[in-house]
Amino acid sequence: MSSSATSSVALGGGSAEASASKNTSKRPKYSRFTQQELPACKPILTPKWVILTFLISGVVFIPLGVICLFASQGVTEIVDRYDTDCIPLSSRDNKVRYIQGLEDKRCNRTIMVTKTMKNPVYIYYQLENFYQNHRRYVKSRQDGQLRGPKDEHDVKSCAPEDTIGGEPIVPCGLVAWSLFNDTYDFSRNNEKIPVNKKGISWKSDRESKFGKNVFPKNFQKGSPIGGKSLDQHVPLSEQEDLIVWMRTAALPIFRKLYGKIDTDLQAGDTIKVLLQNNYNTYSFNGKKKLVLSTTSWLGGRNDFLGIAYLTVGSICLFLAFFFSVLYLAKPRQLGDPSYLSWNRSAGGGR
Amino acid sequence: MAFIGSVIFGVTTRQDLKDGVIKRWYLRPDSSRIFFDPKRAPLAAVYHFLTAIMLYSYFIPISLYVSIEIVKVLQSIFINQDIHMYYEEADKPARARTSNLNEELGQVDTILSDKTGTLTCNSMEFIKCSIAGTAYGRGVTEVEMAMGRRKGSSLVFQTNENDDMEFSKEAITEESTVKGFNFRDERIMKGNWVTEMNANMIQKFFRLLAVCHTVIPEVDEDTEKITYEAESPDEAAFVIAARELGFEFFNRTQTTIAVRELDLVTGKRVERLYKILNVLEFNSTRKRMSVIVQDEDGKLLLFCKGADNVMFERLSKNGREFEEETRDHVHEYADAGLRTLILAYRELDEKEYKVFNEKISEAKSSVSVDRESLIEEVTEKVEKDLTLLGATAVEDKLQNGVPDCIDKLAQAGIKIWVLTGDKMETAINIGFACSLLRQDMKQIIINLETPEILSLEKTGEKDAITKVSKENVLAQIINGKTQLKYSGGNSDAFALIIDGKSLAYALDDDVKHIFLELAVSCASVICCRSSPKQKALVTRLVKSGNGKTTLAIGDGANDVGMLQEADIGVGISGVEGMQAVMSSDIAIAQFRYLERLLLVHGHWCYRRISTMICYFFYKNITFGFTLFLYETYTTFSSTPAYNDWFLSLYNVFFSSLPVIALGVFDQDVSARYCLKFPLLYQEGVQNVLFSWRRILGWMFNGFYSAIIVFYLCKSSLQSQAFNHDGKTAGREILGGTMYTCIVWVVNLQLALAISYFTLIQHIVIWSSIVVWYFFITVYGELPSNISTGAYKVFVEALAPSLSYWLITLFVVVTTLMPYFIYSALQMSFFPMYHGMIQWLRYEGQCNDPEYCDMVRQRSIRPTTVGFTARLEAKKRSVRRSESES
Repeated sequence: MSSSATSSVALGGGSAEASASKNTSKRPKYSRFTQQELPACKPILTPKWVILTFLISGVVFIPLGVICLFASQGVTEIVDRYDTDCIPLSSRDNKVRYIQGLEDKRCNRTIMVTKTMKNPVYIYYQLENFYQNHRRYVKSRQDGQLRGPKDEHDVKSCAPEDTIGGEPIVPCGLVAWSLFNDTYDFSRNNEKIPVNKKGISWKSDRESKFGKNVFPKNFQKGSPIGGKSLDQHVPLSEQEDLIVWMRTAALPIFRKLYGKIDTDLQAGDTIKVLLQNNYNTYSFNGKKKLVLSTTSWLGGRNDFLGIAYLTVGSICLFLAFFFSVLYLAKPRQLGDPSYLSWNRSAGGGR
Repeated sequence: MAFIGSVIFGVTTRQDLKDGVIKRWYLRPDSSRIFFDPKRAPLAAVYHFLTAIMLYSYFIPISLYVSIEIVKVLQSIFINQDIHMYYEEADKPARARTSNLNEELGQVDTILSDKTGTLTCNSMEFIKCSIAGTAYGRGVTEVEMAMGRRKGSSLVFQTNENDDMEFSKEAITEESTVKGFNFRDERIMKGNWVTEMNANMIQKFFRLLAVCHTVIPEVDEDTEKITYEAESPDEAAFVIAARELGFEFFNRTQTTIAVRELDLVTGKRVERLYKILNVLEFNSTRKRMSVIVQDEDGKLLLFCKGADNVMFERLSKNGREFEEETRDHVHEYADAGLRTLILAYRELDEKEYKVFNEKISEAKSSVSVDRESLIEEVTEKVEKDLTLLGATAVEDKLQNGVPDCIDKLAQAGIKIWVLTGDKMETAINIGFACSLLRQDMKQIIINLETPEILSLEKTGEKDAITKVSKENVLAQIINGKTQLKYSGGNSDAFALIIDGKSLAYALDDDVKHIFLELAVSCASVICCRSSPKQKALVTRLVKSGNGKTTLAIGDGANDVGMLQEADIGVGISGVEGMQAVMSSDIAIAQFRYLERLLLVHGHWCYRRISTMICYFFYKNITFGFTLFLYETYTTFSSTPAYNDWFLSLYNVFFSSLPVIALGVFDQDVSARYCLKFPLLYQEGVQNVLFSWRRILGWMFNGFYSAIIVFYLCKSSLQSQAFNHDGKTAGREILGGTMYTCIVWVVNLQLALAISYFTLIQHIVIWSSIVVWYFFITVYGELPSNISTGAYKVFVEALAPSLSYWLITLFVVVTTLMPYFIYSALQMSFFPMYHGMIQWLRYEGQCNDPEYCDMVRQRSIRPTTVGFTARLEAKKRSVRRSESES
C-alpha cells in the first residue's frame, strides 16, 4: 500500500501509467536466486583432493590412535571373576538353590596388584548376560515417584512390583527391586581399606531425579525378594547404589560403579576382599566380576579406539598411496563410451 | 526383520520360565502381563511383532511424501520464475499448473506435437523463387539459419552467412510493413528485374502469380492499401509477392482481373485487364491449378501452377529449357523446408481453345456420376505442352527457434512425432522445415489413396470398404517393416507418414501393436489429417505400448484430448484460446521453451527427485538399522536405542532440511551445460539415476553405514569407564553417541553426494548438525520429568568427555570412507555422463570446441532427425560422391 502511494505522489501522470503497466507485467523478476544461478562451489573429486583427503585423515588418525592407545595402556585394570568360585564345591551342581538359600554366603578373594594404581581406584561390579536393557525391565519404574513424595501413589508402570497390600512401594518397579546386593570389603595387610561410596552417581541424578525427601517405603517387603534392601531413614538422593543401578545399562555386559578407593595401591600389594555373594546371576548363567581400575583422560581401559584409529589411519595412508599410483598409472581418460548404459542398451534394446 | 525379532523374542521369553524354573528372575516372568508372558510366548511374540513394526517404522521414510511434495512445489515455482521461458511479446511466463510431474519432465521419451500454432505460427512467407533457371531470393529460412549456426566453423558458410545477415538486417525495417513477404534480392526488387537477362520470363512469372489464383482483394478506402482474402495463406503470399515486385493485383470482377504492372518497353506502370475465361481449380488429385485468360492484346494464355511431380511431365519439348536447373532448385528448396510450386504457361490458339471450352462446358453441365473424371479428362488435354517459367518457394513460417529446439531435443534422444490435422503435403513440408524429414530419408507413406480403394469408395459398400482398407493398411505396415528389416536394422533413415483414414485402421486393436513397432523404429513419425480423437488414441498407444513417458504439446482445442491422454500435457498459451492451457499440466508461450523446460528443468528435477528418494531411503535405513542392531543386544524386546524424542525428531529436524535443499537446488551441471550437451537428458530417459541398482546401492550404503556406526560405537563404549571420572556408559550415553554419529554421517553423506554448494546448502547442512547439539543441550536442560533419560546427558556426560568427541570423529570418517572411495573411483575412471561434463567444466576445456565435440560424440548414438543429422547426412553424401569420383 505504501509503495503505491509513494509512486503516485512522486511520479507524474504518464510515468505513473508506465510504472503501473510495468507492475502488472508478469515478467519474472530476475535474481540469481530465482534463476538458480547462485554462486556455488561445485567440488568434484579430483585426484588432488582424493589423495589429500586420505593423506590428511591418515596423518591425523595415526597420532590420535597412538595417543588413545597410550591412554588406554596407562590404565591398570584388575578383573576378578568370582561367580563360580564363591560357591562352595558341594553346592556347585545346583548353584541356584545355594544362592536362594539362607546360609551365610561370605567368600574370600585375594587380588594381586601387579602395577601401581594411583588413586582414585574405581571399584566396579561387572554383570554379564544380564539384560538391563530389556523393554519390560526398562519400563518398570516410575520417575515421578522417585523425584518427590507427591507422586508416591503413581505406580501403574511398576507392576508387578507396584504395591503391597494396597500400599505403594517406594521405589517401585523391577529395576529398583532387582538392586544388586553383593558387597565387597577390602583390606591390605589386615588393614581395612576404606571404600568411598560418595559421588559414584551422576550429579544430575542425585540433584533432580532422586528426591531428598523421598524415603524408601515397603521396599523388599513382598515376596520374592529381589535384591538389596534400602535403609528407610536415608533419602533416595543419598542411596547412590540405587541411583547407579537405576541408570540402566545399554548392553547385556555392563559394569557399574561400586565405590572408590582413595589411596594408591602399590605394585605387589595383596588385597583381600571379603565378599558377600548374594546376588543371583546363576538362574540365567550370568557372570559376576569384581573390577578394580584406574582411569585416564579417556576413561577406562579399552584398546579398541586406539587400534581402530591406527588401523583406519594406515588404511587411509595406503589408499592415498594406492590412488596416487592409480592416477599415475592410469590417467583419467574421458571415460569409455561403452560405460554409458544407454550405449549398451541402444544396440540391442530397441 | 520384525518377524525374525519376534521369533527370537518368543523363544527367549519362553525360556525365561521353563518347567517352573525362573531364569531371568529380574524380569519377574512368573507374574507378567501378556506382552512378556513366557507361558503364552507365541502370543507374546505376536504382540511383539506389532511393537517391533512400530519401532522399525523408522525404516519407512514417511516424511518422504511430505518432503517430495514440498520440493515439487518449490521446483514448480522455479519453473514459473524462469526468465528464459518468459515470452516478452505476450507477457507470458511459463506456468506449471501441476507440480507432481516435474521429474517426469526429465524422462520424456516421445514428444507428440501438434503442428499449427505449435510448430508454426500459421503464416506463409514468399521467400525464394527460381525463374528461368536462375535462383533468386536471399531470405534465410529458420532451418538454414540454424544449420548455418551449427556449421559456424566452416569458412565458406560464414561468408555466406554474413551476407545473409546483412540482408536480413536491412530487411528488418521493411519486414514489419509487409506480412507474408520475406523476399530479398536486389536483382529483381524495386523494378530492377527489367535489366535481368530473362526479363521477359520474369515478367511472365510474376504476371502468373498476380493472375493465377482465387484471391479477392479488399481495398481500404482511406489508405488505398490493398489486403487480400485468400482461401489458403500460401495463395495470399503469392499475390503479395507479386505486388511487392511490381505486379499489383487490385481488382477482380466476375470475368476480369485487373493488375497494375510495369511495362517492359516504356518502363511505366500501366493497368492491365485480363479476361478470365476459365478457372481450373485446385484439388488434391490434380495438384495444380490453371486459369485461361485473354490479355489486352487478345492473346489466349493458360497459366498453370502446381506440384513438381505433376508439372514436369506436362512440359512441352521446347519448354524444358531450364528444367534441369529448376529441378535442382526445387530440390534445394524442399530440403530447406519450403513449399514449392512450379509455374508454367502456354499460349493457346483460338481453335484449340474453342474445342476445349465446348468440352469443358459439356463436362461441367453433365450430371452423371463421373462428372469429375470427365472434367479431369478435359483439363488434362489442355494442360500440356507447357513452357516452364520457374518455381516458387514459400515458407510456412515456423515459430521462432523451432528447428533449433527440435534439433536439441533430437540430440537429447527424444523422439518427436507430429500429429496434425493438415493435409499430407503440408505436414511433410513442415517435417522438412523442422528437419524431421530430409531428402535422403526413406519415407514410408501409408494412405488409402490407391485406385482400388478409391473406386471401391464410389460403389459405397461400407463393410467391403472397411475390410479392404484394413487389409490394405496392414499390408502397407508389414511392407514397411520388411523394408526396415532389409535396411539391416539401421532404422535411422526411415520416416513414417500416415494419414488419418489409414490411422483409423492402424489403431484397431489387432493392428496397433504392429503399427507401434513400425512407428517406434522409424526416426520420425508424422500423422496427418488426424482428428482430435485420433491424436488422443495415438498418444495412448505410445504411452501404453512403450511404457515410456510421453509428452504432448499443443495449443488448440483439438489438442485437448491428446494433452490429457499423455503423461505430460504442455499447452502453448498462444492465440487459439485457453482450452489447451486449461487442460495442460504446464503452459508455455512458445514451442522453443520446451527445450529449456525439458533439458534444463526436466533434467534437474528428475535428478533431484531421484537422488532425493535414494537418499531418503539411505538415511532412514541408516537410522532404522541401528535400532535393529541394538535390538539384537536386548533379546529383541524392542527397547529403542534412543530417547523417544530423538526418534521422532530425526526426520523432522536433523535430516530434513538438507535433503529438501538437495531436492530444490542441486544441479549436477549448470543450465548452460545442460543445453550444450543435450545427451545428458538420456540419463532421465534411460532412468539411470533411479534404477534398481542405484536404489539398492543406496540402501546397501545405508545398511553398512548403520553397521559401522553401531559396532564402532558399541566397541568403543563397552563396559569400561567412559570418562575420567570412572562413570560407565549407560543406555542414554550409548544412544546419544550413536545418534550424534548418525546425524553427522547422514548430513555429511549428503554433502558428499551433492555437487552444488551454495550458501543455502552450507547453511542447511551445518545447521542440521548444530541444531542437533543445540537440541540435545536444551532438551537436557528441561526439567527431568520432561527430558527423562536425556536429562543433562550432553552437558554433564557427553560434552566433557573427550572420548565422546574422539568416537564421533572416528566413526563419522570411517563410515563415510567407503562411499568416498567408491565415488572417487567412479568419478575418475567410470564417470557417468554428467561426471564427464563436470570434468570438462573443471578442467576449463569447455571453450575448446573440438574437445567438447569429443565429449558430445563420445556417447552419442547418431541423431536421426534435426538439422545436425541433416548436416551429417550431407557430409556423408558428399564424402560418398567424392569417393565415387
